[in-house]
Amino acid sequence: MMPPMRDVHPVVSPLLGRLTLDALPLHELPVLLAFGGVTVGGLALLAIITYFKAWGWLWRDWFTSVDHKKIGIMYVILALVMFLRGFSDALMMRAQQAMAFGDNAGYLPPDHYNQIFTAHGVIMIFFVAMPLVVGLMNFVVPLQIGARDVSFPYLNNFSFWLTASGAIITMISLFVGNYARTGWLAMPPLSGMEASPDVGVDYYIWGLQIAGLGTLLSGVNLLATIVKMRAPGMTLFKMPIFVWTALCTNTLIVAAFPVLTAVLAILSLDRLLGMQFFTNGLGGNPMMYVNLIWIWGHPEVYILILPAFGIYSEVVATFSQKRLFGYTSMVYATIVITILAYLVWLHHFFTMGSGASVNSFFAITTMIISIPTGAKIFNWLFTMYHGRIRYELPMMWTVAFMLTFTIGGMTGVLLAVPPADFVLHNSLFLVAHFHNVIIGGTLFGMFAGINFWWPKAFGFKLDRVWGKRSFWLWVVGFWTAFAPLYVLGLMGVTRRLSHFDDASYQPYFIVAAIGAAMIAGGIGCMAIQFFVSIRDRNTERLRDLTGDPWDGRTLEWSTSSPPPDYNFAFTPIVYDNDAFWDMKTRGFERPTAGFKAIHMPKNAAAGVIIGLISVGFGFAMIWYIWWLAIASLVAMLGVSIWHSFNYKRDFHIPVEDVIRTEDERTRLLAAQKVVA
Amino acid sequence: MSTELTHEQITGGGKPVFFDFDEHDHPEGGSTMLGFWMYLMSDCLIFAVLFACYGVLGHGYGGGKGPKELFELPLVAFNTAMLLFSSLTYGIAMLTMEKGSVRQVQFWLVVTGLFGLTFLGVEMYEFSNLIAEGNGPSRSAFLSAFFTLVGTHGFHVTCGLIWLTTLVIQIGTHGLGQANRRRLQCLSMFWHFLDVIWIGVFTIVYLMGVLG
Repeated sequence: MMPPMRDVHPVVSPLLGRLTLDALPLHELPVLLAFGGVTVGGLALLAIITYFKAWGWLWRDWFTSVDHKKIGIMYVILALVMFLRGFSDALMMRAQQAMAFGDNAGYLPPDHYNQIFTAHGVIMIFFVAMPLVVGLMNFVVPLQIGARDVSFPYLNNFSFWLTASGAIITMISLFVGNYARTGWLAMPPLSGMEASPDVGVDYYIWGLQIAGLGTLLSGVNLLATIVKMRAPGMTLFKMPIFVWTALCTNTLIVAAFPVLTAVLAILSLDRLLGMQFFTNGLGGNPMMYVNLIWIWGHPEVYILILPAFGIYSEVVATFSQKRLFGYTSMVYATIVITILAYLVWLHHFFTMGSGASVNSFFAITTMIISIPTGAKIFNWLFTMYHGRIRYELPMMWTVAFMLTFTIGGMTGVLLAVPPADFVLHNSLFLVAHFHNVIIGGTLFGMFAGINFWWPKAFGFKLDRVWGKRSFWLWVVGFWTAFAPLYVLGLMGVTRRLSHFDDASYQPYFIVAAIGAAMIAGGIGCMAIQFFVSIRDRNTERLRDLTGDPWDGRTLEWSTSSPPPDYNFAFTPIVYDNDAFWDMKTRGFERPTAGFKAIHMPKNAAAGVIIGLISVGFGFAMIWYIWWLAIASLVAMLGVSIWHSFNYKRDFHIPVEDVIRTEDERTRLLAAQKVVA
Repeated sequence: MSTELTHEQITGGGKPVFFDFDEHDHPEGGSTMLGFWMYLMSDCLIFAVLFACYGVLGHGYGGGKGPKELFELPLVAFNTAMLLFSSLTYGIAMLTMEKGSVRQVQFWLVVTGLFGLTFLGVEMYEFSNLIAEGNGPSRSAFLSAFFTLVGTHGFHVTCGLIWLTTLVIQIGTHGLGQANRRRLQCLSMFWHFLDVIWIGVFTIVYLMGVLG
């Protein structure tokens, strides 16, 4: 690869590219403290792992595992860790905006503030919401369709490590160099070489490029799994709703993420090789980027919300002890939303000025989406109607979602009216709207899902008291934080400002900051909830030996908690879309004999190895360290080819192991009955 | 793949059977063709974006030269023939695979690879000429879109060649078992897919550019 000839970077050393000591935050005390904290914490973690000789266990049982359940859990852990980073950014912004009025410049210089809002958006969408969604789908879908793993187990592991590598690259930017100051979609010309010559945008590009590839591959994988690996009898219209939403979400992923890959690649060609796609001179057109990024970006928000809809459907039916109302209409509503997701992207930039007819078309398609979405809300309400409702934690999150999301949806329809959008475009009203639907829709859904499926993953429930504290702080905190933003938006305040002249805004920003602090409390309670639950996991209060703590309706509850490596000793046969409910009502008997050896995929190391090398590759591309880029590219190729020479990728779990595992479950179930 | 089962079919009208007690190992790779298709369709979308860019920016000459002055149709026609021949020889390789002859499959794969190499060589010759005359990818949006679209296709052909070389070795070492047949089929789809993309490139970029 040829080093680019540019005046903005006169010094590109052959050894270190444009990386110098200046890239380290040696003169910025807060960053230095964060760096110190992370370094000390990281070293402590490594020391603990080494002390307990846990490396082999981590490597064998987790890093190289192709088990969809473990990969799903690793996705969720990644998301929760990144959530802490994304939320610290949010707190910093809220604090800055609450104080920076008139003569007070606040405590964050604009350059730093711009990096923070960019990182906040990117991390929350790509490294929190996406891994949560993909992780839960990974864990739940194979169990719900009665399968033993996904279609391509090794690819699944590889996809996870690509996502993790993207997150690592994004985190490195905190300490080496800087991050983009462009907003989460990095629109040119601001993200072009002239306006952003340093490494920030390159961190953005390579972090997302690598993680995006992982997401795409995992989309292909889950799609093939749902199409090909369903249990006998499970026709499309007997699939649980969560599987339907996963099918539609992964269709969206496969059909949208290539556009992101392409547009980011083109942006980096503009930056690296001086091409003219999105520049203003020599025939380029920045609006082309805006169109393309939103052709990915709009389906992306449905990728995030559809699985949440699926979780709510499962939760509502389970905790109302009723069959889901309007299953078929729910399925068609999901499909209609999937299709419409591709026909609305231009509503993100009505102000581009493409004319009344074009804007009308996209306004109408946008408003139509509220119809299937409304149908879903009514289906959930009718499911609850005359149900025997139990307000367990997942159900509480679901009810909070219904109230919160409906309001977020209504402000969305408001923004879909082009004349109104011309006033509200890029205002805090918009910021309030999308937080309203992403927090109130996706995030609440993921919390409902974590509380719902935690006992399945680990064999014990999450603590209710701390869960309720977290719930109330979150829900009240959310409204305290974002209601003022709606008002401010209507008053004309635009987004991404680090300082205000008009002091009359300040009370609203102070209230918003209080809301953020309450959410911080909610996160704290959630952390305590996890800690308390893990500590008390063997108590009668939390432990679940049945595998079916909620009186569930779908197949994942028919196996033990946590499920054995092979999920099901015998593949279930399905007659009804509430397959396990059907089994229970018709008096099924769990087989206790006649087991066979079970055919399973073997672990593979290539995924984690290539993933880690891709961090080196991304870093080299960001800093123009060409020798390292070439070396890591060759290394990744080499490992891939080495992996392809391995033809023995499966094995049999011996029948003795299956018998031992199943006998243990028989014993536990019998003990449970005696206690009851 | 699941099928509709009625109660009676499984139970013969008696007590319902909720488990498949007579399950056999699932053959490995049952989803591979479907998965690879989906990957190809997603790849197709990358090309769709590049075609869209070419469609929108293809007249942004930035005061520089356009397709009529830059492209040499005979050279590109020769190159198109090289790629089409390579698809034909890949087809022959697949036919010999059915016969089970490792040597013949290897021979036709190597022939395919040589056609592919020729294609890449001619493309690089074309690119280097353009760049040497000051019509490189940074000259105008039209040239950026052209180099990126054609270059991305060329990059795919390069990947295909690396894959093809690996497979030639692997069928030498591991024969034509199930796994290798599946891999040959996947590469076959990939190779023909690149052919289809090239037909689009040849028509839209070159023919319509020079004759249109």
